[in-house]
Amino acid sequence: MKAFTVLDGVVAPMDRANVDTDMIIPKQFLKSIKRSGFGPNLFDELRYLDEGQPGQDSAKRPLNPEFPLNFPRYKGASILIARENFGCGSSREHAPWALEDYGFSCVIAPSFADIFFNNCFKNGVLPIVLPAAKVDELFTAMYANDGFTLKIDLDAQVIVTPAGESIQFEVDSFRKHCLLNGLDDIGLTLQDADEISAFEAKWQQKSPWLFRTHSA
Amino acid sequence: MIMAGQTLYDKLWNAHLVKERDDGTALLYIDRHLVHEVTSPQAFEGLRLAGRLPWRVTANIATPDHNVPTELVERSGGVEAIADEISRIQVRTLDENCDEFGITEFSINDVRQGIVHVVGPEQGATLPGMTVVCGDSHTATHGALGALAHGIGTSEVEHVLATQCLIQKKSKNMLVRVDGELGAGVTAKDVVLAIIGKIGTAGGTGYAIEFGGDVIRKLSMEGRMTICNMAIEGGARVGMVAVDDVTIDYVKGRPFAPNDGEWQLALEYWNTLHSDDDAVFDKTVVLNGADILPQVTWGTSPEMVLPVSGIVPSPNDYSDPAQRSGCERALQYMGLTAGQAITDIKLDRVFIGSCTNSRIEDLREAAAVVRGKKVAANVKEAMVVPGSGLVKKQAEAEGLDKIFLDAGLLWREPGCSMCLAMNADKLGAGEHCASTSNRNFEGRQGFGGRTHLVSPAMAAAAAIAGHFVDVREWI
Repeated sequence: MKAFTVLDGVVAPMDRANVDTDMIIPKQFLKSIKRSGFGPNLFDELRYLDEGQPGQDSAKRPLNPEFPLNFPRYKGASILIARENFGCGSSREHAPWALEDYGFSCVIAPSFADIFFNNCFKNGVLPIVLPAAKVDELFTAMYANDGFTLKIDLDAQVIVTPAGESIQFEVDSFRKHCLLNGLDDIGLTLQDADEISAFEAKWQQKSPWLFRTHSA
Repeated sequence: MIMAGQTLYDKLWNAHLVKERDDGTALLYIDRHLVHEVTSPQAFEGLRLAGRLPWRVTANIATPDHNVPTELVERSGGVEAIADEISRIQVRTLDENCDEFGITEFSINDVRQGIVHVVGPEQGATLPGMTVVCGDSHTATHGALGALAHGIGTSEVEHVLATQCLIQKKSKNMLVRVDGELGAGVTAKDVVLAIIGKIGTAGGTGYAIEFGGDVIRKLSMEGRMTICNMAIEGGARVGMVAVDDVTIDYVKGRPFAPNDGEWQLALEYWNTLHSDDDAVFDKTVVLNGADILPQVTWGTSPEMVLPVSGIVPSPNDYSDPAQRSGCERALQYMGLTAGQAITDIKLDRVFIGSCTNSRIEDLREAAAVVRGKKVAANVKEAMVVPGSGLVKKQAEAEGLDKIFLDAGLLWREPGCSMCLAMNADKLGAGEHCASTSNRNFEGRQGFGGRTHLVSPAMAAAAAIAGHFVDVREWI
């Protein structure tokens, strides 16, 4: 996983509540057995005017001129600001994969759905929760200023606006540590392999039926 | 010091806690991992790249479900006959990964194949007291057995395969209590839709929900699974119901259930799987069963739901600007007008199936409504997709397939089908569908498709009438 330290980038809007993961990446693209290449189909049904299919050349598809990500001013955006309950619905990790592949490394919203929130951290994408009023201010400032950027410093847990305002945010220390260092958490968990084995042995003694093997 | 009682969630959590870190994250041991073709290939690839093997291979059970064709001719040819090449590769990849790593798989035409959340309980492969995970948000279904079950992402699928554990942070406890009794014709699906209507799609975010109260206690296991299945639509990853005689009777004798020698030992543990009388919940929500009417969603979020007697709302009904614009957008997408009666919504298609409502009881409920009647002329297609090969077999033994076919519905092979339309079963743009599935998001059942979530009985009645009707008037 790529590390997340400091991000200074253009901000783009997803200005509606309850954005679900079907909207972030529609199901037909979930047939891929790869982890990459989902960026061109991020928000597919909103971004294009036709129905997208896997394997298409997206450069040849008709763009929806009303969808913000198609506006020149948001080109190259790496920070998405969104509304309540972002990422609800399906557990598909293809959603953060698509955001990351498109170029987003950070999503700021008043609230996130649990599974999506968790999936982001596994993919170098930082989800930041801010009070709804603060997110509203960011929307307003972004709409008012072409090329609006934010600087996000994960180590200091602070967002700095172009006007110089510093906004503090919360992040779990373990997740922060993994993200800052680009750590694969399987490797970290396997450092506790002895403890897992010890737990397993005790659990098997108590609940032997859970450890029976069945032939298919 | 007096210890407060524990909730069911507390008990399940504590029993599986391997270690807790200083910042409150914990390593939780996973008993059962269910695997399907869509969210697993990248995880197996990750294992291969890192040179890792599954920690406890027998903890994993796999079955293809999301992509499989439900049409008999295409299905009969097995994996290699799947017409869509990308789907075929994905299903084949699951077979190959299960072979390579030695994972038990119920493959495409095994009679035990089906939707992973139907197969687990049916096989006794998910049991009370277990931790159950799967790369699918509807994994909470298994919580109906008194298990701690939730959906995970693909990175976590790989993590569970490699370590038999998950890194978790404990959720808060929520009790949703449904008191009293349900009226005739009102089912588990109506109950869970009414709950989501009350708490909203984010109402359960950060919580593990225990469903309790007399209405839940009187439900069958199938009904309880329908309720827990949709916990995620209320924002909660975990939904669960305490163990009682209904649970025990359901589990007994299933292929993966404890054998005679271990049954008593298992029972002793399972009988402790309920919240203590003095357990403290962070939040409690109460509904009265008698107030719940058959439900129909009108919008593009499961919380946009009304009783069948309702009328489509107007954006002006909402004071919150986000809700107002959400309503406006939903009306536009759904092609509905404020003030329109729910019963005036005409239907183009009907889908009876999905991990929410494709079990034998659901099919009986639908068959009872359509028996001796005919699908309305304006309904282009009404489809029944059983949840597993064994559900299909049971339904056919009871003659339900004949009832559906005589009434003009299609009888298909098991899979996820039109719930998310990854296979050929999908809505056309602008088509209205009465669906027993779980999500009415934009495009969910097909590009431009318009989904209305309902119970199997309501879907069946809508198929016959061609528009929504109050099924209580039909029974």
